[in-house]
Amino acid sequence: MMDFLLEPLAYEFFRNSLLASLMVGALCGLIGVYIVLRGMSYIGHGLSHAAFGGAVVGFTIGLNFYVGAGAMGLLAAILINQVAKGGKIKSDAAIGIVTTAFFALGIAIISRVRTFTQSFEAALFGNILGVTSEDLTVIALVTAFTMVTVFLMYKPLLFSTFDNEAARVFGINTGVVQLMFSFILTLAIIASMNIVGVTMIAATLVIPAITARMLTDSFSRMIIYSTIIGAIMGVVGMYLSYIFNAASGATIVLFGASLFCLVQLVNYIKERFILHEHIHRHGDVIHSHPHGPRHEQHGDQGQEDSGQPRP
Amino acid sequence: MEAAVKLHDVSVGYERKVVFSRLSLEIPAGQFAGIVGPTGSGKTTLLKTILGTQPVFSGDVRLLGLPVDKLPPGSIGYVPQLESVDWSFPVTVEQVILMGLYTNKGIWPWPTRQDRNKVHDLADRLGIHDCLHHHIVNISGGQRQRAFLARALINNPKLLVLDEPTAGVDIKTQHDVLHLLGDLNKAGITILLTTHDLNAVASHLPWVVCFNKGLVAQGRPRDIFTNGILTKTYGGDIVIVEHGDHFLIASGTPLHLAEKEKI
Repeated sequence: MMDFLLEPLAYEFFRNSLLASLMVGALCGLIGVYIVLRGMSYIGHGLSHAAFGGAVVGFTIGLNFYVGAGAMGLLAAILINQVAKGGKIKSDAAIGIVTTAFFALGIAIISRVRTFTQSFEAALFGNILGVTSEDLTVIALVTAFTMVTVFLMYKPLLFSTFDNEAARVFGINTGVVQLMFSFILTLAIIASMNIVGVTMIAATLVIPAITARMLTDSFSRMIIYSTIIGAIMGVVGMYLSYIFNAASGATIVLFGASLFCLVQLVNYIKERFILHEHIHRHGDVIHSHPHGPRHEQHGDQGQEDSGQPRP
Repeated sequence: MEAAVKLHDVSVGYERKVVFSRLSLEIPAGQFAGIVGPTGSGKTTLLKTILGTQPVFSGDVRLLGLPVDKLPPGSIGYVPQLESVDWSFPVTVEQVILMGLYTNKGIWPWPTRQDRNKVHDLADRLGIHDCLHHHIVNISGGQRQRAFLARALINNPKLLVLDEPTAGVDIKTQHDVLHLLGDLNKAGITILLTTHDLNAVASHLPWVVCFNKGLVAQGRPRDIFTNGILTKTYGGDIVIVEHGDHFLIASGTPLHLAEKEKI
């Protein structure tokens, strides 16, 4: 078994990919908590498409992949905020318009200049072979920057995610918090593009967070669990990509989806088991509630450490 | 005495639609006032204007003598409408209350011992100490209201603003919450709330503001809750039944009589 796991590590490209996917998984897991709780799951999908368009435009005019993707990603994030600001156009529609237009621009350029189509396959679907030392440096820097930012902004980020209006009334500059969050989200997406692929980023952001949410009722634990689940998804997905010779983005997401299903199944069985255990007959009436000393021990189901799935 | 809330010639709206214009309103410090009015009358917009979250077209809004954006953090306590809260959010009652202290200095994500003590003392006073470590969805309506009230009170604000604190809770909880607010008011906090419940205002609040796209009237409930003012505020028939010191307000024509009138 150990040999099986160690064998691919003999290759430098795999070591690079594994390290990259570990960092990208943790990064997406961390950011994903805020994405899910803010109800912004679609934005990861949209921004990655806009960044892809930017990367293609940048490549055409001789810019670095990350410079083009970063500029267009940030521009898209700002445009989405501006378009949705008035209230007439909802943010999901704004994401649909802005990011799809940027993506379409990239596709149009690719289809016209067919010679570099191949170079962007990694960005679209994720590629185990595509991780360069430049990618590793960018991912490491973005991961470190994001973790430090989330740590330093933990309180305002949590408050504005939970209740943006109240946070503003209590004196938190929610505009700056939103801008900073858009910035780290865009950076995370750009850093993840070559590993997970544009088409798979949304799932990489959402799966660890919702899986973690099912395991805890505590925000701080959800962040830790989601980061760890994301990292595990990245590492296992990369091994699966190597073993099955499949696109890394697809294997990472498929493994994550399987993990999510497993947690759902365990929760379902646990709930059924608890319900069955608590069914009692009182005369002609059948009740389902805890009885006896066990009830007293487990009477704190509402507490964050109860390990119960949320209602 | 300085006004806790002072609006002078304020016009507010969304895009080009004006919700209310040239409104001037003063709530003196130490008052316990309720804003009433029909749905769509602009109560929530008025509240947001007072809280500084709604941009104004023109005019001047001052709280505790200062423009809203110049107030030190924590000067105002705010309790949102419970129906607007995301109850599936992964936070405990303690974490909700701690949020009130998030504008204080200190970059560490975890609370200090002093912060925790403050939360525990306040939770004790409000009778929610036992559920501090419960997830917010697993507590009763009254406890939820008290949890958000605790968050609003943790900085010892001079002004407390509540959006529909009587909505979505049973009559007993409603009574308890309004009594608790009355006690806080006696302790020196100016309280301003919006509500749809005229009877709760009539029996618990000393001051009422009738609002419908502008100020209709303000004063003591006994003076303000007249057929004329309520009809002007709500635009329909209102029946006021007096019983000793109490009075009961109901919508005008009962349905079965209204049907007969139609026939």
